[in-house]
Amino acid sequence: MSRIVVLGAGISGHTAASYLRKLLPKEHEVVVISPNSKWNWIPSNIWVGVGEMEPEDVTFELGPIYKKAGIVFKQAKAIAIYPEGSSTISKPFVQIEHTSKESFGNQENIEYDYLINTTGPKLNFEATQGLGPEKNSLSVCSAQHAKETAKELKKTIETMKKGKNAVFLVGTGHGQSTCQGAAFEYAFNLDFILKKEKVKDKAKIVYITNEYELGDFGMGGVHIKNGGYLTHTKTFTESLFTERNVSWIKRAHVYKVEPNKAYYETLSGNHNEIEFDFAMLIPPFAGVGLKAYNKLNEDITQTLFVPNGFMKVDADYTQKPYEEWKASDWPKTYQNPTYKNIFAAGIAFAPPHSISKPMKSSNGTPIFPTPPRTGMPSAIIGRNCALNIIDMIKYGNQTPKHTASMAEIGAACVASTGAGFFSGTAASITVYPIVPDFEKYPEYGRDLLYTFGEIGLAGHWIKLLLHYGFIYKAKLKPFWFILPE
Amino acid sequence: MIEERKPYEQAFFASKPTAFTKFLRTCVIWQLVKFGIINLKMTLMLLKSHK
Repeated sequence: MSRIVVLGAGISGHTAASYLRKLLPKEHEVVVISPNSKWNWIPSNIWVGVGEMEPEDVTFELGPIYKKAGIVFKQAKAIAIYPEGSSTISKPFVQIEHTSKESFGNQENIEYDYLINTTGPKLNFEATQGLGPEKNSLSVCSAQHAKETAKELKKTIETMKKGKNAVFLVGTGHGQSTCQGAAFEYAFNLDFILKKEKVKDKAKIVYITNEYELGDFGMGGVHIKNGGYLTHTKTFTESLFTERNVSWIKRAHVYKVEPNKAYYETLSGNHNEIEFDFAMLIPPFAGVGLKAYNKLNEDITQTLFVPNGFMKVDADYTQKPYEEWKASDWPKTYQNPTYKNIFAAGIAFAPPHSISKPMKSSNGTPIFPTPPRTGMPSAIIGRNCALNIIDMIKYGNQTPKHTASMAEIGAACVASTGAGFFSGTAASITVYPIVPDFEKYPEYGRDLLYTFGEIGLAGHWIKLLLHYGFIYKAKLKPFWFILPE
Repeated sequence: MIEERKPYEQAFFASKPTAFTKFLRTCVIWQLVKFGIINLKMTLMLLKSHK
C-alpha cells in the first residue's frame, strides 16, 4: 500500500488527486492537503471581479467531493517537507498546520510514499509598497479578492452616476508580475460593465504592464494569421484596447501604491506617477515558503527549492543568456532531481527561466513578465505527475515516461465579457507550444496551425462552455475524465 | 469623456476594426461557423498537447 500526498487543491493538485484516485486500486491512499476548504475555478474570478458572478458560482466545497471519491482531505497548510524522514520518523513526511475552524493551529506529520507539490503561489503583494486589497489596490487572484473588487467597482460606478469622472488603473503591480492575461481580461470586462451601466463616458481606463509590448502575455507574444498577414499579438491587443478607448503604459514596474496614486519606473529609467480612483493590479508570485529538512534536521530548503521558493524539477537551471535558451531547458516529467518520489506541478514548479526576454531599466530594475503556468498547462502537468506516480507504484518504473513539457503543450486564453449567451464577446488566443521552440519552428517558435486569435461571440460561448465544463469535471460528476484538461 | 485617437497620440497608430468586421463579430450565423472552427482547432491543439 502506498500513500500519495498532494499539497494544494488548485487546478493542478485537484487534477492530480482525481486521476490518482481513479486509476489506482483502493488499497492505495490519496491525501490532499489544502489550506482552503473550497476549489476555485480561477479563470472565472474575472467575472466575479466585475459583479457578473458571485464567488459561489466559481467555487465549491472540496470535503464532500473528496469524501464521495475516497480521497482523504485535510484542510491545512504544509509547513515543511522531511524527504528522508527524521530521527524519530523513518518514512518521508510533511509537517502540516490545520486551518479549519475546528482544529485551527494544530500541527500534524503526514507520512508519504510519493508527494506532489502543487501549492500554487504566494501572492507576493509585499514586493510592492502599498500593493494589495489590504492596502491601496484591488485584486482578482482569489474569489474573495474578486468579490471585494466588485464591491469597490459598484461604489465607484455609483459616484460616476452622480456625475464624477473616474480613472481606472488595471494591470501588473510589479515589474516581474505574471498573469497579464487576467489583467487584460479584467480591462476588457471593465469596459463592458461601464458601458452596461452607462458611465463609460465618465471613465478613463489605463492599462499598465511590465510587458515590452502589449500582447507579450509572459510568453514573448504570439504570431497569428490576421487579414492576410502574420501579426504579433501586439497588433491584436492594441487594436482591442484602442477600440475600447483604453490607453496603456508598457515596460513599467510599479514600485509604490498610495491611496489613489501609483508610482512606476519604466525601462528607460524614468520615474512617473499616475492618479487613479480604482486600481486592480496583479501582484508578483513567489513560492509559499515551504521549508525542507534532512534526517539530521538540517535545513535543505535550497536542495529542494530555488531562492524564490519554487520547487526544483527536471529543468536545466544553468544560468545562460536569452540567445542560448532552448525549449529543452524546460522540465518534462516534473520530478525532483534529488528525491525521485517528489514531483511539482502548476505554479509550484520552478521554471528554468522566463519566456519573455529579460530586460533591465537603466537603473538596473528588472522589468519583464515571469512565465505563466496556470490553467490548461497546470492541469495537464498535474495529470502527468499522477500518471508517472501510478507507473512507479504499479510497475516499479523509477524513470517516469509521461512528459508534459511546456515546450510541447499548448494553451488557450479566452478573455470574455458578459455572462449571458448573447451579451458577451471574447478575444480567444490559442498558442502551441507555450514555450517557443525555435529549433522546431525556426521563424516564430510556434506551430501556426494551432496558434491563432479570434474576436467575437464564438469565443464567448467557448468561455462559457469551459466555465461549466471544468466545474463539472472538477466536481467529479459522471464521466468527468472524458473532458480533457 | 476621453477620446485618445488624436493625431500622433497612442491610439492613432493602432488598427481599428471596420463596421463590417464588428458586424461579423456579433453575427450569430457567422459566429456559429466560427464556433465550430475554433472548437475544432482547439481540440486538435488539445490532442497534440495530450500526446
